[in-house]
Amino acid sequence: MSARLGFIMLVHTALDRAAQVARYLAEAGSPVVIHVDARTLPQAREALVSALKDLPDVRFCTRHRCDWGTWSLVAAMQSASELLLREFPGVERVYALSGACLPLRPVAELEAWLDRHPDTDFIESVNVGDVNWTKGGLSEERFTLHFPVGFKRNKWLFDRLVDAQRLLHVKRSIPDGVVPHIGSQWWCLTRETLERILQDPRRAQFDRYFRRVWIPDESYFQTLVRLHARKIESRSPTLGKFDHQGKPHVFYDDHLQLLRRSDCFMARKIWRGSDRLYAHFLAPRDGAPSAAEPQPSRIDRHFARATEQRIRGRAGLYMASRFPGLNRENGKTAEPYSVFQGFTEVFRDFEGWLGAVASCRVHGHLFARKKAEFAGREKFFAGGLSDSASLRDYNPRAFLTNLLWATRGERQCFQFGPADTQGKAYELLWFMSADSNAQISVITGAWAVPLYRSGRDVAQIRAEAARLQRIESDMIDILHSPHVRARIRIWTMAEFLENPAEALHALFDEIAPQSQSRLLQTPELVDLSGFGSFLQELRNQGMQPVLMGEFPTTPEAPDPSHRMK
Amino acid sequence: MSRAGDLWQDYLWRRRRQLRLARALRKRRELASVVDRTDLIRPGDVLAFTTLRNEAARLPFFLAHYRALGVRHFLVVDNDSDDGSREILGEAPDVSLWHTRASYRASRFGVDWMQGLLMRYGRGHWCVSVDADELLVYPHHDTRPLPALCDFLDGEGEASFGALMLDLYPQGPLDAVRYTPGQDPTAVLPFYDRANYTISRKRDLDALWIQGGPRSRTFFADRPERGPTLTKVPLVKWHWRYAYVNSTHTLLPRALNRIYDDQGGEKLSGVLLHTKFLPGIGAKSAEEKTRRQHFGEPGAFDAYYDALIAAPDLWTPHSTQYRGWRQLEAEGLMSRGGWG
Repeated sequence: MSARLGFIMLVHTALDRAAQVARYLAEAGSPVVIHVDARTLPQAREALVSALKDLPDVRFCTRHRCDWGTWSLVAAMQSASELLLREFPGVERVYALSGACLPLRPVAELEAWLDRHPDTDFIESVNVGDVNWTKGGLSEERFTLHFPVGFKRNKWLFDRLVDAQRLLHVKRSIPDGVVPHIGSQWWCLTRETLERILQDPRRAQFDRYFRRVWIPDESYFQTLVRLHARKIESRSPTLGKFDHQGKPHVFYDDHLQLLRRSDCFMARKIWRGSDRLYAHFLAPRDGAPSAAEPQPSRIDRHFARATEQRIRGRAGLYMASRFPGLNRENGKTAEPYSVFQGFTEVFRDFEGWLGAVASCRVHGHLFARKKAEFAGREKFFAGGLSDSASLRDYNPRAFLTNLLWATRGERQCFQFGPADTQGKAYELLWFMSADSNAQISVITGAWAVPLYRSGRDVAQIRAEAARLQRIESDMIDILHSPHVRARIRIWTMAEFLENPAEALHALFDEIAPQSQSRLLQTPELVDLSGFGSFLQELRNQGMQPVLMGEFPTTPEAPDPSHRMK
Repeated sequence: MSRAGDLWQDYLWRRRRQLRLARALRKRRELASVVDRTDLIRPGDVLAFTTLRNEAARLPFFLAHYRALGVRHFLVVDNDSDDGSREILGEAPDVSLWHTRASYRASRFGVDWMQGLLMRYGRGHWCVSVDADELLVYPHHDTRPLPALCDFLDGEGEASFGALMLDLYPQGPLDAVRYTPGQDPTAVLPFYDRANYTISRKRDLDALWIQGGPRSRTFFADRPERGPTLTKVPLVKWHWRYAYVNSTHTLLPRALNRIYDDQGGEKLSGVLLHTKFLPGIGAKSAEEKTRRQHFGEPGAFDAYYDALIAAPDLWTPHSTQYRGWRQLEAEGLMSRGGWG
């Protein structure tokens, strides 16, 4: 077979896997030149050599000690390429891969695909001024500072040398005509381009320059190819994704379908223990060769989602490996919810009405003193939350975030008020008011209605009324603070009662935008005749009820049970 | 805090860590080697360390579970079992066994013994430190064994891996459960609470303190602060300087407790399935109560033990049935972090 495609392969660990891949490529008729890191143990290297000794087209090139991010990797690639080009004159294209690469499709399909792109060099090559994906803060400085020490060898010294050079305004001059480009070191070049790079009369000058560039393996060929190539397709032919820190994502057995459907030719990095991947992709294949174009986008999305979860996390989730500090939550709670203050007080059966007209879960006072009033007054609720007040009050904020996390997909509504547990220094209301998922609607002063309807003696009620009013005033202050991100509506009770239907409709348009709120029957109000006199009575007892607004004093309540004593 | 204050704190923690290590060295003398197969340990092997007493029923599945995850060697301290645990362990080809009759409590619930073994054999290895009733699961554990996880953590520059301890329970009274050794415990304890956990941050140790779950709501409703601690750091790339502080909840140096992201992101984490409520919990609680070997204050947990002996029902209509790691991950009890 006249092999037109040859491979150079850089390996340092997992040599058994490298041997498998080399054998697969060589048996398909392609020559393979392997560079084994000089630091690899001699026994391991000998095992690799003997494992492949039956394959005449597998060669081993001069070994270099490879340190990540240093010139040694370029030297290794140069040695391997030179050997390949010299020993196999029929090779028209050279593909660079690592020991952790895995061919996903037969070599013949790759060759056919390359034939459809004549004279094209596949190499990711991006002008360093235009990239935004270099990690670690170094992009152009990779080319203008000196890097005598490898980062992995001595991080501290590496950083100090960078600092010192910045301080001294050191600036290396870039060789004439060279425009720094960077990109993946896994490329596929044509013989012509590669030979021109390796035989360039200025090569000694370039090599001297790149020896002190940072991560030259990502810039040497990527830059020089711009001087020599006829046609550059700026993308790596090898499928490989990088995370937010610039580290490659690794493929495991569970990625098999994803890899198969990607139709890419080569993938890296493969975890060395992925038996299924190696068995599947290195097995001989029957059937007609496929001419499918590589489609890496599904894999892109898969890893983009993972990176998103690592960086931003899931909104409203607090757990063992995600506990964001204040204002780092990327969403304090999981989903929108509604908080009603004063509604159960002025309507007869607000909870029942709301549950019937809106498709949401309607709780009572979740933070009532005695117990959490879950919808249906259940003893336990979603996720295993208990109605016990002491459990809830141990960490009321966690109670709320747990509830909202556990009920994702169903809007939660609950009642709140000055008589409820507020948490330490109103932590609950501070939290909710700063949460853009919260819709908080308050009818101020409505806490007085249950007192009025209790029929108890006003003298006894006075202290309780004063307490509730004080708490509600504090609450209103919080809701007016500049940190508020919730949707907040506040009416005085008098204001609200002037036109309850309009207020409810406005709320409803937010809770259930698809429903025809204008057609809704508003719930029935409680009987408030005599409320004005009740307020006057409170005033007479020395308290000043202000939050409910102006109520005319009516001389006599019609219902004797509500009469003042 | 001022810089001087920080330095002083650092010094105190360092001192505390050193005392722990000295103590572990001392306590190592209490251990008598029964079977020593540690010469089988190869560089890079993932090791498991555990202290146990009378776990013959749990051991077959425990060993099978961790073997399947890729644990290559188990280093076990047997605190004077008399139920056949020792025989099971002695016959297993990948277990090294030590025996002691000394007090579990005086050894800080076995941590000192484990610490001694970790110091000696754990160095440079990724080490799983768990009790016999804790089964580690993590994202993709069915396709990516522990060596894959450890390679990933190495790449991330992490030296520790966190997990939530998740109490599993049955439907119905605890003493109605029947369990055959070797059986998957999630078949008889299929339920858990999926969103019933509170977290606070322990600034001194830079650790999270997670509490809650079925035990909190059933036994500690009146005093939630006593609820069980569910934070665990079960997997650590061991260095001889490291020391567990409280059980396997927290470690020194403090940086190892940073198993969480506080900038909004999610780190990779797992779940320890807690099979405490397998049959025998009543008898074990009675024994624990008489032995008074739990935590700092014997007596403080009598009511808890009494409640356990009474075989309560922990199930509620809102309990969730265990269906594997994908569900735990979706529910946010653990996270795949960036491990796509």
